[in-house]
Amino acid sequence: MAPCSTTWDPMAESLRSSELPLKTTPLHALHVKLGARLVPFAGYHMPVQYPTGIIAEHLHTRRRAGLFDVSHMGQAVLSGPQAARRLERLVPGDLQGLAQGRIRYTQFLDADGNILDDLMVTRLVASLDGRDTEQLFLVVNAARKADDFAHLREHLPDLDLAILEDHALLALQGPVAAEVLARHLAGVADMPFMSMRTIGAGHSRIHVSRSGYTGEDGFEVSIPAAEGVALAERLLDEPEVKPIGLGARDTLRLEAGLCLYGHDIDRTTTPVEAALSWSIGRRRRIEGGFPGDERVRLQLDHGPPRLRIGLRLEGRAPAREGTDIATVEGVIVGKVTSGGFGPSVDGSIAMGYVDAAHANVGTRLHLMVRGKALPAIVASLPFVPTRHFRGKPA
Amino acid sequence: MAEFRYTKEHEYIKVDGDTGVVGITDYAQGQLGDVVFVELPPVGKQVAKGAEAAVVESVKAASEVYAPVSGEIVAVNDELEAAPAAVNQDPAGRGWFLKIKIRDRAELDGLMDEAAYQDYLATIS
Repeated sequence: MAPCSTTWDPMAESLRSSELPLKTTPLHALHVKLGARLVPFAGYHMPVQYPTGIIAEHLHTRRRAGLFDVSHMGQAVLSGPQAARRLERLVPGDLQGLAQGRIRYTQFLDADGNILDDLMVTRLVASLDGRDTEQLFLVVNAARKADDFAHLREHLPDLDLAILEDHALLALQGPVAAEVLARHLAGVADMPFMSMRTIGAGHSRIHVSRSGYTGEDGFEVSIPAAEGVALAERLLDEPEVKPIGLGARDTLRLEAGLCLYGHDIDRTTTPVEAALSWSIGRRRRIEGGFPGDERVRLQLDHGPPRLRIGLRLEGRAPAREGTDIATVEGVIVGKVTSGGFGPSVDGSIAMGYVDAAHANVGTRLHLMVRGKALPAIVASLPFVPTRHFRGKPA
Repeated sequence: MAEFRYTKEHEYIKVDGDTGVVGITDYAQGQLGDVVFVELPPVGKQVAKGAEAAVVESVKAASEVYAPVSGEIVAVNDELEAAPAAVNQDPAGRGWFLKIKIRDRAELDGLMDEAAYQDYLATIS
């Protein structure tokens, strides 16, 4: 038994490609103690699963609460005069209109409007000392953080970029995440979705956001390393909480229809092609002022030539990244960018790009797996309804 | 009396007369993680020793399963379609993949017996 050559694990990276020793997160000892299977990911030892297994970890997250260590991701505070307006020069999102304590999902674009990385931007402080100095909290992907920080320093040299090297990042996701986290951090239960609370001051500030990568209600906590380990241990002591690895993180986000950089979005995709037009600010569409704005505007006006879609396979065989997508007549019209088994869907699902003519929900297509044409249907995203917090009933 | 033989690629063959039941070992299923799908060959297919006989899909990746010996596929485990997790839960029992009619018994001599396989596992774990 050996891995099939064309379908090896997209999550793991070859050690051959990294000469340097792998880094560890602040929770590394805890993962080892919990019996995690550690794999290389973005230059770090990361837990892909615990003894529970990926399917059980996935289902537990949607049923109760799962704790994820995502400390490998890049965290930084960008500050200076008009920081929001200046960062808008690099992203298509509306940052100037972002209220204090609110979070925006956006992307760094290159000169062609293609995606360099996707990220979350939070307005921490609207202004400091009565002047127009602003603070933005950024979370970027682990595999891109070195490039992203260099990009920021190169293009926004007048702003201060403070990388939070010594901070852990924990995600607690699931329907009881709020109830559980409220036992440990004050004031989280009523936080709106895509908002942030900062607890404490100075170097021991904790930033809690109501956000996540699973489609469930949940929180992400940016916290100094030692306190992060202590908080993780206290959360794992809660009966509702289980530790969750990157394997289930991937199946959860796939079911939620969320992109993974380097797979569903990369330097060959614009946000319009990636079906992320909703994240482009309305004012930004008209005014432009971000890299690739002309091409993005053309695509918004005329429709992109291809589009990211969801696919539901009829059978149980999975179709993975790289699988050709064909019409039922056998014409290749696209490729799968993420795919596998969805434990909550209890079936095989995928995302990929197809020529725009074949992107409508309900279109029947064939996914070419090991020479066989597997029937599939274009499905709307997400595959599983999202359960983000919608606030108290009126 | 059925006897187990093992390959270095962690397939087993449970030999009973001139047929053998083939599957993957407990070590293999643990390495794979949750099995979500098994692609089985058609009954009647001739396979050569070491050639691909089946594909097992876990949550994370697809893996090839090789024929431990040459022969004809005389049966496949249809129950795996509805219950692929049987491969994880009971790899040597309900999680069997296929039955081969053994063409050349001499090929069994090159496979490890139980003790040799356990020794082999100790060297790689």
